[in-house]
Amino acid sequence: MAFVTATWNPLGEAFYRKTEVYEMGWRLSSGLRDCLVAAAPYGGPIALLKEPQRRSPSARPQLEIYSSSGCSMASFVWKSGVVKHLGWTVSDDLLCIQEDGTVLIYDLFGNFKRHFSMGNEVVQNQVLEAKVFHSPYGTGIAIITGAFRFTLATNIDDLKLRRLPEVPGLQGPPTCWAVLTQDRQSKVLLASGLDLFILDNTACSAVTPPGLSPQVCSIVQMCVSFSYKYLALFTDSGHVWMGSANLKEKLSEVETKVKTPPKQMVWCRRPKSHQPSVVMMWERHLLVAGECKETIQYHLDEESVLVPELDGVRIISSTHHELLQEVPAACEEIFKIASMAPGALLLEAHKEYEKESQKADEYLREIKEQSLLGEAVRQCVEAAGHEHDIETQKILLRAASFGKCFLSNFPAEYFVIMCRDLRVLNAVRSYTVGIPLTHTQYKQMTCQVLIDRLVYRKLYPLAIEICRYLKTPEYQGVSRVLKHWACCKVQQKEESDEAIARAVSVKLAEAAGISYSEIASKAYECGRTELAIKLLEFEPRSGEQVPLLLKMKRSQLALSKAIESGDTDLVYTVVTYLKNEMNRGDFFMTLRNQPVALSLYRQFCKHQEQDTIKDLFNQDDDHQELGSFYVKASYKEKRLEARLSLLQSAVDEYNKAKNEFAAKATDEEMRLLRFQRRLEEEKGEQLLGLSLQDTLRVLLSVGLNKPAEQLYKDFRVPDKRYWWLKITALADKEDWDELEKFAKSKKSPIGYLPFVEVCVKKHNKSEAKKYISRVTPEQKVKAHLAVGDLEGAAEAAIERRSEAEISMVLSRCLSTTDRGLVDRLNRARSTTAKK
Amino acid sequence: MAAHLCYGRVNLNILREAARKDLREFLDKCAGSKAIVWDEYLTGPFGLIAQYSLLKEHEVEKMFTLKAGRLPPADVKNIIFFVRPRLELMDIIAENVMSEDKMQSPREFNILFVPRRSMLCEQRLKEQGVLGSFTNIDEYILDLIPYDGDLLSMECESAFRECYLENDQTSLYHTAKGLMTIQALYGTIPQIFGKGECARHVANMMLRMKREFAGSQTQILPVFDTLLLLDRNVDLLTPLATQLTYEGLIDEIYGITNGYVKLPPEKFAQKKQGEGGKDLPTEPKKLQLNSAEELYAEIRDKNFNAVGAALSKKAKIISAAFEERHNAKTVGEIKQFVSQLPHMQAARSSLANHTSIAELIKDITTSETFFDNLTVEQEFMTGVDTDKVNTYIEDCIAQKDPLIKILRLVCMQSVCNNGLKQKVLDYYKREILQTYGYEYILTLNNLEKTGLLKPQTTTRNNYPTIRKTLKLWMEDANEQNPNDISYVYSGYAPLSVRLTQVLARPGWRSIEEVLKMLPGPHFEERQPLPTGLHKKRQQGENRTTLVFFLGGVTYAEIAALRFLSQMEEGGTEYIIATTKLINGTSWIKSLMDKPEVNI
Repeated sequence: MAFVTATWNPLGEAFYRKTEVYEMGWRLSSGLRDCLVAAAPYGGPIALLKEPQRRSPSARPQLEIYSSSGCSMASFVWKSGVVKHLGWTVSDDLLCIQEDGTVLIYDLFGNFKRHFSMGNEVVQNQVLEAKVFHSPYGTGIAIITGAFRFTLATNIDDLKLRRLPEVPGLQGPPTCWAVLTQDRQSKVLLASGLDLFILDNTACSAVTPPGLSPQVCSIVQMCVSFSYKYLALFTDSGHVWMGSANLKEKLSEVETKVKTPPKQMVWCRRPKSHQPSVVMMWERHLLVAGECKETIQYHLDEESVLVPELDGVRIISSTHHELLQEVPAACEEIFKIASMAPGALLLEAHKEYEKESQKADEYLREIKEQSLLGEAVRQCVEAAGHEHDIETQKILLRAASFGKCFLSNFPAEYFVIMCRDLRVLNAVRSYTVGIPLTHTQYKQMTCQVLIDRLVYRKLYPLAIEICRYLKTPEYQGVSRVLKHWACCKVQQKEESDEAIARAVSVKLAEAAGISYSEIASKAYECGRTELAIKLLEFEPRSGEQVPLLLKMKRSQLALSKAIESGDTDLVYTVVTYLKNEMNRGDFFMTLRNQPVALSLYRQFCKHQEQDTIKDLFNQDDDHQELGSFYVKASYKEKRLEARLSLLQSAVDEYNKAKNEFAAKATDEEMRLLRFQRRLEEEKGEQLLGLSLQDTLRVLLSVGLNKPAEQLYKDFRVPDKRYWWLKITALADKEDWDELEKFAKSKKSPIGYLPFVEVCVKKHNKSEAKKYISRVTPEQKVKAHLAVGDLEGAAEAAIERRSEAEISMVLSRCLSTTDRGLVDRLNRARSTTAKK
Repeated sequence: MAAHLCYGRVNLNILREAARKDLREFLDKCAGSKAIVWDEYLTGPFGLIAQYSLLKEHEVEKMFTLKAGRLPPADVKNIIFFVRPRLELMDIIAENVMSEDKMQSPREFNILFVPRRSMLCEQRLKEQGVLGSFTNIDEYILDLIPYDGDLLSMECESAFRECYLENDQTSLYHTAKGLMTIQALYGTIPQIFGKGECARHVANMMLRMKREFAGSQTQILPVFDTLLLLDRNVDLLTPLATQLTYEGLIDEIYGITNGYVKLPPEKFAQKKQGEGGKDLPTEPKKLQLNSAEELYAEIRDKNFNAVGAALSKKAKIISAAFEERHNAKTVGEIKQFVSQLPHMQAARSSLANHTSIAELIKDITTSETFFDNLTVEQEFMTGVDTDKVNTYIEDCIAQKDPLIKILRLVCMQSVCNNGLKQKVLDYYKREILQTYGYEYILTLNNLEKTGLLKPQTTTRNNYPTIRKTLKLWMEDANEQNPNDISYVYSGYAPLSVRLTQVLARPGWRSIEEVLKMLPGPHFEERQPLPTGLHKKRQQGENRTTLVFFLGGVTYAEIAALRFLSQMEEGGTEYIIATTKLINGTSWIKSLMDKPEVNI
């Protein structure tokens, strides 16, 4: 305990500490010399390629993958081309970028996954230098070629190569460069001597860092912080310039008194930290620079590599693995010598309490008097989170727990969650797992991602334990781990299909939300179709089964599964697939057994393939639909003959369907068309396409009474409608004499109110009045009202003693002008009401 | 923006916000400036989710309508197609993409499928050789759109036609998916009731999806107690009848689309001094109708005959409020008055609008045609002479009244008579074909296929039994102060709503006989809730039921359900969901098949 501060070094206002994380488990014969090294952030794996330049087939370089603690995970001889750069993706895959721009991807265990190329320009000019970077869009690669042009891919899982614009006047390689992510775009920042440029998709713009000291001739090294917010530049004058990455603000400038460019320079800045700081490394020399003039210097015993992290820097050498970081505020408050912070006092109090000394009470009182006990507990809990040493964690948590006893309303979650987090962290930090995450990193990466990382390492039992311990919802937790396990299991070639299917189903039976189709896919990829089908049977989501079933050529099964899912798009997909795969006869037969698919296919054909739909109806002997099909087709024909012949086919089909009405109606339609054509030819009236009614109307209005008469008889038009037609036509022509003659020709089947109405419509009230006497008593009131004769209407209504009709008349009367009438009606209404 | 969605028993704004979030996320995926190319059909429904301002915030600079040929020029980085997954639209998109000028600065193409992406469509794009041109292909799951505080609609016009005529159950799949989204946001609905083939199908899919996603459901206390799924073809009668509520009549006469109505402008002319009203506006007046407008919320569901009184009462209150200013003496009082002014002015202009609308409607409802039509409807609904050819219909055909009006009446007669005698049916059909043209034989076929028009097969007409058991006709409907749902049709109580009402109390077991007479199965399903999510009902706390109308619902039916929600002794509150808001006219129109005549 007393030695907690032994590793601390002051820098300005803050302290920095360098603590050992692991003693490395690897045995490297020649250290890290002549090695390409890539260590993934968040305590990820380390890849080493020894002597990458070696090409002779007899002595090929060796590629090795280790955990952060130096436990070997894979080792194999590198047989491909010359590797320029190694890097890790966010999903723990290793990227090997070759001289010719080919990128090979391997998993953690050295299994080859896939490869892709960075484009022709890179092939031609070769890779000069490459960088792997991470952004919200995934893992990206940036390359500078021998022609000093940059090519960028922002996300290697969705590869889109972008060639950045040329840098004007760039003759040789840039002195240094870095990738930035700004405004949702990845850009390259490069220095050529003293000139700084930002390259984005479309432009190259020159920039100047504010306040760079004047004696500088060249920027020789640069680095961007983990969050892309800050930038550090190292100059040939030995100065480090620190500022914001948008180059708007300068934070500090420190003289290092070293003029050689550092081998590596990285940011060492924790979120919410006191000051910006950068770590630089030369051969055997490490230097931390912050805001003040002073620096911290360390001597390195061996060749090392710096790994920037969110909240510090890891230093890996052939024997040790250390973490260098700014001491977190809570730890500083508690452990700083002679600190009187509440947390420090609480820790003291608890120590005295353990010793059974009454001093404990004194310390406690001191904190409580300032009412800082809550703050004290919080400090202890937070500090525990930042300590790697388990004993220190325990001491701090015990002190916190002790302090909590004297508080009534301190929320328990904070303490509980920290205990839980630490338990998980200690488990993954253990030497055998080798993921040295800090608490800050863990919170940033989330438990979900941690579980993923464990799964990539095939540490299934630990992953499941953690999920259960943290009570992660099964769907996101245990089930997901088990799915990965199963995907791994189906690749075990030595076991039989039955055994694997059984093992998988037994283990996964209880787990909710398992995607068996994914597992089956994996099995199919490994060439195990039978196993895949067996596994698919466990899949509860029928929709998910379909694509794989199709791929495995089990189309019939796919069709019924698609229908089962209810997803019509899926049914369509299978149907189109079947259509291409089968001969027409079989295809139709298959559809016939699946009515849902059949009707969907019909819909499809209706819009896309008219001929097919006819065949479909034909096959099903659906004469009714065939009839309608021909009717529809007939309207598309321009020539009358063609149209008539289609209609004839429709008549035949309707007859076969025993739809007598439709057959007759269609026959009538043909007769009408022929009639219209004949009349058009003879009389020159435009008739074709009109309805029977409209044809009659036209004929009557131009006075072609004879053909009208003939149509009326031939088509057995009901008298009522014919009378309506006739009187409307006459009124439209204002042929009042003819109308009167017609009214008298025989008894009207529609009564005489229509006569009144058609006259009124043409504003001829006097003609209208002629027919009122002939209107039936029931309609008299209406008739009078139609011609505007209120008196008459009132008369008729009172005579009929109909309350409703009296009211109707009343509603038309104006109280001012029709006073007398209103009174009469009111009186009549009350007498009718009495009866 | 959408405060009216939060007021109800269930906060439907959650759904809207979820939809908006998805939209923003997609837009941000396409970095840089963008232009949206719209499938025209989608603009209305999208308006209910997001205004242009939201799109603008996410760098949408231009909007176009999807059409064949070349895309209009726009200096943007991204072109985004917002489309339904339809093959014919894919062909247009392919044409757009191929005719893009290669010389210009390249634009990135993106597709957003609404409501779901489709392998079939992507296949089509592939065949056309353009699939590779798209940077992002995504789906925007927009099934149920919050329409009002208690109303969700899928805005899927053709749902009824597809389900009952074409046997295409795509919309039902979307329905089931939409209900799963609802359950993800508002908790599992423990009880499902349903009536009809489609209802059964949807329930089956929901239960299946539930199994499929076992383990992934979030732990939310259920908001809905019951889901009732109703097929439109269980109640074919209601939409055919003329709606008599205020909102119903607006829809019947002017048509409400996506919450907006377009009205003839004359009555809305601004009466400004000095202008003398010389130039009347010629553009139709467009108004948004929803419960955000206080006055509208108050009168929308009233029988139209009670609207006049309500408006004049409101007018008095408002003018009284304005009079207050004379009483305001102190500075404080004046300040308070002024602070209320905007609200009062809004109320006054709202009153002016609705008075104008009411006048417009009144001109129509007092006309003789309207009265005659209504009389015949009511005769049919009460079972008078439904087995004979009706003279009024005959006369209307003879005068060639609008065909849809005729079809509504004939279908209504057929439904109220459980089919028409073959002779009567053939007579009507022949009259229609001869008057309106033989091409309507296809439309008539469609109506017969959906059961709206049918020949009588059994001699027994069961409509009177249904009418009596469910009390579908109430002789003395009180239009001013209703005590029964029948006020919405001035006498006729919508069958669908009666079924809903009986389900709540005393339960469907009491009407087994009638349920058997109506088409399709009726069923009940229970969805088990995880332990700890069982609701402990407070004394007097109402149940919440989600009623889903598959194939459309009318405004009058909604009014009736709102009336039930407000009944004190009801004990149930209703949230309404549907594939589309319909009325008899729009419904029949969706079933019509009129080929274009080429001669």
